[in-house]
Amino acid sequence: MTFMGYQRSNGTVGIRNHVLILPTVSCSTETARIIAGQVKGAVTFQNQQGCGQMGADAKRTIDILIALGSHPNISGVVVVGLGCETAQPHKVAEEIAKSGKPVKTTVIQEEGGTLGAITKGIRYATEMALAASMEEKVPCDVSELIVALECGGSDPTSGVASNPSMGYASDLLVAAGGTTILSETTEFIGAEHVLAARAADEEVANDIMNIVHRLEKSTKERGEDLRGGNPSPGNIAGGITTIEEKSLGCINKGGSSPAVEVVEYGEKPRRKGLVIMDSPGFDIDSIVGMVAGGAQMCVFTTGLGTPVGNGLVPVIKLTGNSMTYEKMKDNIDINAGVILDGGKTVEEVGQEVYDEMLRVANGKTTKAEIFGFSEFGVWRCGTSV
Amino acid sequence: MPTVDAIVISEKDSVATALRSIQTGENIQLKVSDKSYEIVILTDIPIFHKVALHEIGQGEKIYKYGEVIGEAVSRIKAGEHVHSHNTVTLRG
Repeated sequence: MTFMGYQRSNGTVGIRNHVLILPTVSCSTETARIIAGQVKGAVTFQNQQGCGQMGADAKRTIDILIALGSHPNISGVVVVGLGCETAQPHKVAEEIAKSGKPVKTTVIQEEGGTLGAITKGIRYATEMALAASMEEKVPCDVSELIVALECGGSDPTSGVASNPSMGYASDLLVAAGGTTILSETTEFIGAEHVLAARAADEEVANDIMNIVHRLEKSTKERGEDLRGGNPSPGNIAGGITTIEEKSLGCINKGGSSPAVEVVEYGEKPRRKGLVIMDSPGFDIDSIVGMVAGGAQMCVFTTGLGTPVGNGLVPVIKLTGNSMTYEKMKDNIDINAGVILDGGKTVEEVGQEVYDEMLRVANGKTTKAEIFGFSEFGVWRCGTSV
Repeated sequence: MPTVDAIVISEKDSVATALRSIQTGENIQLKVSDKSYEIVILTDIPIFHKVALHEIGQGEKIYKYGEVIGEAVSRIKAGEHVHSHNTVTLRG
């Protein structure tokens, strides 16, 4: 099975051909926004970090920025820096250039302020958008696809309708040789033994148990209690009582395929199949981690409804709650609530989700994409200084 | 409208998930594999919330998806709402 995608010089395959206006620090995000707003075909995001960070935390932000600039859905990159930040713009640009993409840099302090930096950035972005518009799609095998699996604003329908449908679609992609990433370690708590039991080998099973224990330990060391944040007030109002209940529903997103590997936050999978990424339960940070890991698209289940998108990749939304679908059609692409209404089976909706994934890989736009939504956050592992 | 009032996911489960708002006093019939339940609803169950399939003693584990989702903090009778007022996580 093939789809029409963009073959990159480094061997990766993109399903979109955006010019990325990449702010290296919070201080340059407004400038990046103005540049992106002027150029059709350009996307950007609100970077909240890039300075005032130390050690592993600073390294993680910089690594994520480089991974996003090198992403297969990106045709060319304009790095927009302030100049004095920890995430040094010329250094970030140099690393992104290793992916083989055209990269240009505009630095506010070097250009004598906002107007100079914007003018230069728009000129670079215009040239890249023009070049991108002439790149042709070629047939690519579905095994090249990496799909991020996400859930947010869950309610009890998620665990029995939308997540199992997504899991069925995930199994279909894995059977076709592709890759899916299951993330949100917080939402493995209480279900880790189920995931570990169907790991490909003992090492993967141990890795799954370890990331959960590591999260619980670090939470306790901070003197905090996971119960204060997960399940969220909305989850509880919807009928989810405990983190175990939420997790047992959440892991259905990964279907029944064995987990072949556990990767760190933002890390690229080395193997094809169902891959597990250590990430937080916060949707935005989790999606950004999987996109940095090379996911070209995200499938996102919700019970209560959410508008979240990502500038680099299309996000397909599905809900297991027909009332939510009726209320929030603006934001949701597929109604899996028909399973609970008695109209369709998990397998039928799962096949629809898989078919939609292929249509979106071929270029169909999703609702979050049409709105141009680009929520952004990096999972911090330190505090600001 | 759903064709069943509530669903039971696994035979091991001690709760069902309501597929519509169920009122106190209603009599509902449920099936999972070969097991059947007939329950009189003792407290209103909001849509998608959980209802106890049988009596759950204080300190007893509560099962959904065939797995433990928490523990009863007080005795829960068949037909009662199972939620944060009477159920606590074992993983805090």
